[in-house]
Amino acid sequence: MRNPEIDLFETRRGFLGRASMGLGSLALASLMKPDLLAVNPGTPGFPTGPARVKRIIFLCMAGGPAHLELLDYKPELAKRHGEPMPESFTKGQQIAQLQGKELRILGPQHPFKQYGKSGQHMTSLLPNIGSIADDICIVRSMQTEQINHDTAHTFMNTGFRLPGRPSMGSWLLYGLGSESEDLPGFVVLTSEGGSQSQPIAARQWNSGFLPSMYQGVKFNSTGDPVNYVRNPDGVSREMQGELIDAVGELNAVQQGWTRDPEIATRVAQYELAFRMQMSVPELVDFSNEPQHILDMYGTRGGDGTFNANCLLARRMAERGVRFIHLYHRGWDHHNEIKTLLPKSCGYVDQGTAALVKDLKQRGMFDDTLIVWCGEFGRTPMSQGTDPDLMGRDHHIKGFSMWMAGGGIKGGHSYGATDELGYNAVEDIVHVHDLHATMLHLFGIDHTKLTYRFQGRNFRLTDVHGRVVDDILV
Amino acid sequence: MGRIAFALVATSLVTAVASAAERIEFNRDIRPILSENCFACHGPDGNARQAGLRLDRRAEVLSRGVIQPGDASSSRLVDRIRQSNPALVMPPVATDKKLTARQKDLLAAWIDQGAEYQEHWAYIKPERPPGPDGPAGIDHLVNAKLDERGLQPVGEADRRTLARRLSFDLTGLPPRPATVEAFVNDRNPEAYERLLDTLLDSPHYGERMAVHWLDLVRYADTVGYHGDVPVSVYAFRDYIVRAFSENKPFDVMTREQLAGDLLPDPEPWQLVASGYNRLSRMTNEGGSQAKEYLAKYASDRVRNISTVWLGSTLGCAECHDHKFDPFLAKDFYSMGAFFADIEEKGVFSGNGDWGSRIRVLDGPADAEMSAIETRIERLRGMDRDDLRTAGGGLDELASYLREDLLAWKALDPDRVWTDCSHPDFNQCDQFELREEAAAVVRVVPAGEKKPRESIHRVEVPLGHGKLTALALELYPTGDFDSFYLSEFEVRLLGREEWPVRISLAGLLPDREEPGSMLRDTLDGNYHTGWMGDWKEDRSRAAVFVFEAPLATRPGERLQVSLIAHGRSAHGLPSRFRILGTDSAFPEIPASGPLRDAVLASGPRTREQSAALEAAFERIVGGDAAWREIRALERRKKALLDRAHESLVARAVDEPRTMRILPRGNWMDDSGEVVQPQVPEFLGAIPPSGRRLNRLDLADWVTDRRNPLTARVFANRLWKMFFGAGLSKVLDDIGSQGEPPVNQELLDWLAVEFMESGWDVRHLVRTMLLSETYRRSSEASDELLARDPYNRLHGRQAMVRIDAEFVRDNALAVSGLLNRKLGGPSVKPYQPHGYYRELNFPKRVYEPDMNPNQFRRGLYTHWQRQYLHPALMAFDAPAREECAAEREVSNTPLQSLVLLNDPSYVEAARVFAARIVRVGERSDGKRLDFAFREAFARPPLPAERDITLNLLKRQRERFKAEPDRADELLATGISRRPDGVSATELAAWTAVARALFNKHEFLMRY
Repeated sequence: MRNPEIDLFETRRGFLGRASMGLGSLALASLMKPDLLAVNPGTPGFPTGPARVKRIIFLCMAGGPAHLELLDYKPELAKRHGEPMPESFTKGQQIAQLQGKELRILGPQHPFKQYGKSGQHMTSLLPNIGSIADDICIVRSMQTEQINHDTAHTFMNTGFRLPGRPSMGSWLLYGLGSESEDLPGFVVLTSEGGSQSQPIAARQWNSGFLPSMYQGVKFNSTGDPVNYVRNPDGVSREMQGELIDAVGELNAVQQGWTRDPEIATRVAQYELAFRMQMSVPELVDFSNEPQHILDMYGTRGGDGTFNANCLLARRMAERGVRFIHLYHRGWDHHNEIKTLLPKSCGYVDQGTAALVKDLKQRGMFDDTLIVWCGEFGRTPMSQGTDPDLMGRDHHIKGFSMWMAGGGIKGGHSYGATDELGYNAVEDIVHVHDLHATMLHLFGIDHTKLTYRFQGRNFRLTDVHGRVVDDILV
Repeated sequence: MGRIAFALVATSLVTAVASAAERIEFNRDIRPILSENCFACHGPDGNARQAGLRLDRRAEVLSRGVIQPGDASSSRLVDRIRQSNPALVMPPVATDKKLTARQKDLLAAWIDQGAEYQEHWAYIKPERPPGPDGPAGIDHLVNAKLDERGLQPVGEADRRTLARRLSFDLTGLPPRPATVEAFVNDRNPEAYERLLDTLLDSPHYGERMAVHWLDLVRYADTVGYHGDVPVSVYAFRDYIVRAFSENKPFDVMTREQLAGDLLPDPEPWQLVASGYNRLSRMTNEGGSQAKEYLAKYASDRVRNISTVWLGSTLGCAECHDHKFDPFLAKDFYSMGAFFADIEEKGVFSGNGDWGSRIRVLDGPADAEMSAIETRIERLRGMDRDDLRTAGGGLDELASYLREDLLAWKALDPDRVWTDCSHPDFNQCDQFELREEAAAVVRVVPAGEKKPRESIHRVEVPLGHGKLTALALELYPTGDFDSFYLSEFEVRLLGREEWPVRISLAGLLPDREEPGSMLRDTLDGNYHTGWMGDWKEDRSRAAVFVFEAPLATRPGERLQVSLIAHGRSAHGLPSRFRILGTDSAFPEIPASGPLRDAVLASGPRTREQSAALEAAFERIVGGDAAWREIRALERRKKALLDRAHESLVARAVDEPRTMRILPRGNWMDDSGEVVQPQVPEFLGAIPPSGRRLNRLDLADWVTDRRNPLTARVFANRLWKMFFGAGLSKVLDDIGSQGEPPVNQELLDWLAVEFMESGWDVRHLVRTMLLSETYRRSSEASDELLARDPYNRLHGRQAMVRIDAEFVRDNALAVSGLLNRKLGGPSVKPYQPHGYYRELNFPKRVYEPDMNPNQFRRGLYTHWQRQYLHPALMAFDAPAREECAAEREVSNTPLQSLVLLNDPSYVEAARVFAARIVRVGERSDGKRLDFAFREAFARPPLPAERDITLNLLKRQRERFKAEPDRADELLATGISRRPDGVSATELAAWTAVARALFNKHEFLMRY
């Protein structure tokens, strides 16, 4: 039981009133932090136009999914399997582990098939995602600029190769604010399986030069769902609440004798922290999900799998989380693409499709953007010499991804690579263009969302980016 | 028209700058407008320049007739900025930039006044403005600005506030209550100065100053890229702490960091300082192209030196000439060329090998080493008898070894198993451990594939006794041709609630060589270790000596772990035995023929004699004083084994070729080759017939004529003690930075700094003796209204203390703080699984379960990709890149850390134990004590009511649920005091937590 007399909300209002006495209203306005009044209101002037979506679920297939097995059907590649890769493609191009190696063409190691009314070509390894083929738009002409995982993720998330720039989720929160009263607006979930798991640095959800209130918060698959969200051992919720109340009152006393403008914010943050301590356990508790939903996603919950994270993503979406970023670490198929790729697909296929279908049946599909994308693709050339153990190396000049949800043309595909799947040649979509398009769907002109740092106005798309209108409804 | 415009401007200037009578100044009033709106297309960058017009140089502006000095109305510039035609207006509509009416008026008025240009303020050598010397000089210049605005500064802060302010500002620690009381009651007019000097003399002063510098030079304990594996360079951190503590002149610090390795006959610590050049991120990722990463490292260094020392964004000139400042792309690569001599690889092997490094002995160890070497030199050759021919030598050695052998006892384990809990060791189901006769453990592979990684653990029950060392004997089995031991760990079970790690301080291998050193089994790195093959050896042995003798008791157990993480084709230790001894000076227990020889009572066989003679060569080496020499050599080795490595710079004979990379593209070799040189417009270093090097660079950086370095440093120092820089953009004092609000003051400080001989302590002391520093941080209504951001310093700033000091504060107030200086980084509690997303190798975080748990925040293991979440919550940077300024955020994550992080909970319960043990039985008096410890003041009546009410209610709650009290009090590793009731302690813990969470706890006022 919390004592109504010292209810924190009341306390806060009370001393805000006191704080305003004796100060000019102008001065007070300059002292009041915007984040005092709401969890995070975003930036005035945004959105700049009509928004198609309210939230995004970004499914990052970390490691670099092999587009030539999954989404980019190249019969020519199969025909020329084993032939030397023509030098016209590779000369002067950046290469990762295949440096100095003989370059030979590797035909698709798994069959493609056509799905849905639209007849989209996709791998037979993703039948569930195939079942939503008419809802998704496949982009087959992606390009990025960084060829190693760490820097490529950094580029995919921030539009720049060096650390220090804000992640796209931070940009979005900075522009639009958060809709959740008691959860962070930018959340990260991870899972793994299917190949060697490349590391993911915490920098990937860092707010860079933006204020850290826009930073992504990582949820843990085991242990405490959010660091430090659990009360100390032995401390009950009532004890903790009582203590936080006392802290609020002590701060209110201090507000009476100092003009430190941060006190009010501090009190508000303790309120939010206490609300998070209650809302986070409720969020990750799947016990009120009906069995058929658990079955649909293929999880019992709390198991840290990608499927469970997809269900968690839906629950977060329902609760107003703006940017939900899932990483599945398990697509770095330098070898054994024959045996390992089906495993990776098996980890994500059901959950991904269930998420899209579930959002649809709840009427949330049309205001949610779903992106399924790696940090880069993989070479048309083989890696390794044993036919059973062959894989593909990192590749940045052409790869594939898909999007679905509000504003996106379903059952559509866009862009193309050359006949061997090496270079994106038609309707090229650079990472900057992806960012511009994502922001556009949120009603944000990507050239307007800027932040001043080191004497310059920075933006997610740097000085680039084009909205890919052709994939939009 | 011109007149009218001027009148308009004059009115608006009243609000813009100090007074209407002032002349428009290019640097203050005009440059920021041009820089922000025009220079991108009409500035220094030749490639981006439109219409061939640049507005940053007066001569060019005049020759193009864009401006008619003295006549705005006929100046084309004015026409274009006032254009209503969207096709003609400047800046162009498409740029999204727009001039305000006031800016347009200012530009016109400036032209009317003659359109005088000034060189950018920061590029003109600072001169000392007139005024008094010493701290009064600061007050004179601060007060002049306040006077101009007709503002009254506030008075001096009260003494409690001053004591706390000085303590946090100079040591990052709270003042001891006794110090506060003494200062409050000290009537000596020099009381303040004396307190200041005491704190400057504190060894913690260097720690406080180092934090900011370590952010700048991006010191961390891991490599940053890919697997983000640990790299040992903490000696560099200790160098920085010491450099500040010992007040090493800043120009000397600069030389040592930039070029310590190039100094004549460098001292080890100067080499350690040169590790500055090795602090950039490094990779060992397979598939990385060395050339690409060498380019990344080079550009990182240019960004770093230009930000740290020059406060400049030369890094922006990597792809093109700078848009706002006169830096050329060529300047960027010429700066990079200074560092092209540093030995390094684009892609490192990563197996513990991160390039040039030295082993560093700390001060006492270094002195001991010198003494040992002198003594050994003396002993050798004193008496070069051939002991063998003299006859008694072999017998003497045999009896020496027999004595040692008899002291060794085989430790018979009662539990052996393979630990599968580490995420990187997943092959444990492929074999099993089994105990054979005579304490010998046998590893039996089960599957077809021979496992290459394992954590073998054995446990031995102990009785009353003493252990000084363990011996590990390894034998071949035929399953593996070789063995590889990554790590060797010893823990004591049953003494504490957690396994207590035993420190191993002396190592004695039967054999070792570079790349296979026994000490590599103690470094926490699975990629280095001790190995051998079984082609020739029938057994191998190593002795691990405990740092301190261990008294053992019945019920305790010793757990020994042999960790082998697959490396190339090496096998696992597959048959082994562990022995223990209580000898003060253990040798490797004799085995095989040697064992027979030392145990033989009658005449020795030929084989035994041969073994003994071999041992004689190895151990005695022909000196009569062999026992003492042996002891000294062992000690010497122990010192070396215990010393840690530190990355250093080492210059290669042939520096790498540096070229301008067109658009920063590392694959493009078409650019011009450049030589080391500083940015042209700042005055090139004259050629001397040889290639310039990092020493030349250091000299140029700290040359009295360099207009940047002293200003940049003084500005950052000002921010440390006054809350905001005089120019508030700490990493850019160029065109896009902020012209200083008080340039006279900044220049005064810069000149004072240089003229004092770059004396950091002098500058700090001068600042802190000023009245300006001592002012109260409570603003008057007038100051709040007319200088809301306190840029004129009519009051002190309210400062949220830095992340490390938040931690230090809680530990210090609780009494837990371990004030030890320096040494390897430490591991405070961290949420379980926080490193889950790291790989190559996967990481298990083992917090320090010893007094290292309570070290200061700056010694925390700095994992670049996953900085400790409590530090991160309070805005400590990851140090992947240079960070000149930390953001000061106020987030719910901070609240969660202070509320729930076990470090703070444990500190609170230990603080609670101090509170209830002060001997004052009344709650009120205890509370008084608690407030004085935490805030250097007694509680206010309202605060007393709130906290005592909390105490009362929590007491009732814990009384109702006593188990909860026990659970709470079990947080952390420190002991619970005897004789205090758990509910009482738990209730006071709640009060202590409330104080730690109070906003004031995070603030210095």
